[in-house]
Amino acid sequence: MCLAVPGKILSTSGEDFARMAKVSFGGIIKDVSLVYVPEAGEGNYVLVHVGYAISIVDEVEAVRTFEILEKMGELEELKPGTGAP
Amino acid sequence: MKYVEEYRDPVAAQQFAEAIARTVARPWTLMEICGGQTHSIVKYGIDELLPKSVTLVHGPGCPVCVTPLELIDKALQIAARPNVIFCSFGDMLRVPGSSGDLFSVKAAGGDVRIVYSPSDAVRFAQQNPDKQVVFFAVGFETTAPANAMSVYQARQLRLTNYSILVSHVLVPPAMEVILGSPDNHVQGFLAAGHVCAVMGFDEYKPIAQKYKVPIVVTGFEPLDLLQGIFMCIAQLEEGRCEVENQYARVVRPEGNRSAQDLVARVFRVVHRKWRGIGEIPHSGLGLAPEFAAFDAETRFGVSGYTAQEDPECISGLVMQGAKRPEECTAYGSRCTPDHPLGAPMVSSEGACAAYYRYRRLRTYDVAEIGSLARD
Repeated sequence: MCLAVPGKILSTSGEDFARMAKVSFGGIIKDVSLVYVPEAGEGNYVLVHVGYAISIVDEVEAVRTFEILEKMGELEELKPGTGAP
Repeated sequence: MKYVEEYRDPVAAQQFAEAIARTVARPWTLMEICGGQTHSIVKYGIDELLPKSVTLVHGPGCPVCVTPLELIDKALQIAARPNVIFCSFGDMLRVPGSSGDLFSVKAAGGDVRIVYSPSDAVRFAQQNPDKQVVFFAVGFETTAPANAMSVYQARQLRLTNYSILVSHVLVPPAMEVILGSPDNHVQGFLAAGHVCAVMGFDEYKPIAQKYKVPIVVTGFEPLDLLQGIFMCIAQLEEGRCEVENQYARVVRPEGNRSAQDLVARVFRVVHRKWRGIGEIPHSGLGLAPEFAAFDAETRFGVSGYTAQEDPECISGLVMQGAKRPEECTAYGSRCTPDHPLGAPMVSSEGACAAYYRYRRLRTYDVAEIGSLARD
């Protein structure tokens, strides 16, 4: 039930409680309420749960998972007995 | 899809699994809170990528599963009334009540409708002024803002034919029940990412300190889960018990303030009964006095009703991580998704349903199959 899916805002309309967006989920477009993320605008990715955007996806934080992996890979190569001979 | 597919990369998953294996020195038991995380773990075989010394147990984060039996019965009673349009998320329709489920009410002619969002139910109320529209408002903190908004909008629109049947539950009190049990063996938590997207994670800090457990706010994709497990294991091996955030692309420390504000206005914290577990103090939300007119229990006069669970169903133990679904004597025989004894077998977030769907055909190991073939 806590399923929430990230999608891209294509356009917005309305104000305050009636602020809505057309959001694309990999090509499937749905109407989503932006009442809880008033700062979100066109081009932002938002996380949507039961028709309401609850968070804006932070693009900088989103790559951190892969940066950690890269860093771990580099550390492993530095260890004696691993990496290229 | 962006922000989905890249977190399912098998090479990166293997790298995290190797990092976990290098980090683990002692046996540890972790619990993922959310049923959505349980399904990802079982579906992608995340638990099978981990060293044998790391055990994952499944938590209570399935709102469909913990909605008490009497509330399902109340839903059935209300939905069967002739002038009612009863709206619900699809998950709730097959949850067994004392006799029948919402699908059986629908089959008998009840106007039961599956909605994607509670705002759909508000729209039905606008379109059908001569009918009473009831929304089954179940869920954790993630869903509370949407359900709160439906009530707030109904009041703005002066709708007198909209009400909600509330069974909202909160995560932190349930964690405390698990950690406070003398039988507890959970040493670290993966907190539910989408609950924290709404609530933030400050309320988990006192729990981490009091019970000396690391809590890592974790997402739902395979790489999220593996990274969350890695962070939790690293804390355990280093003797730390902090609240960390793996899911920072979505979760801010303070959560979503405007969502919290409306939830605090429309709802108030109440004691709630959890199916299979019992009453947990201050563990749920009910309508605040200002919005009491939207309470379906009062409107339809069903507040006093109580019901008894099936004694064979061990769902309460499964949801507290004390038993695995296969340890239930009814699992896969007297309890299946077609004929469920308890809600975890039908919910898309239920642990029993996850095992039945993804693990049922792996009940025998290779040696057993060999001996069966020889017989």
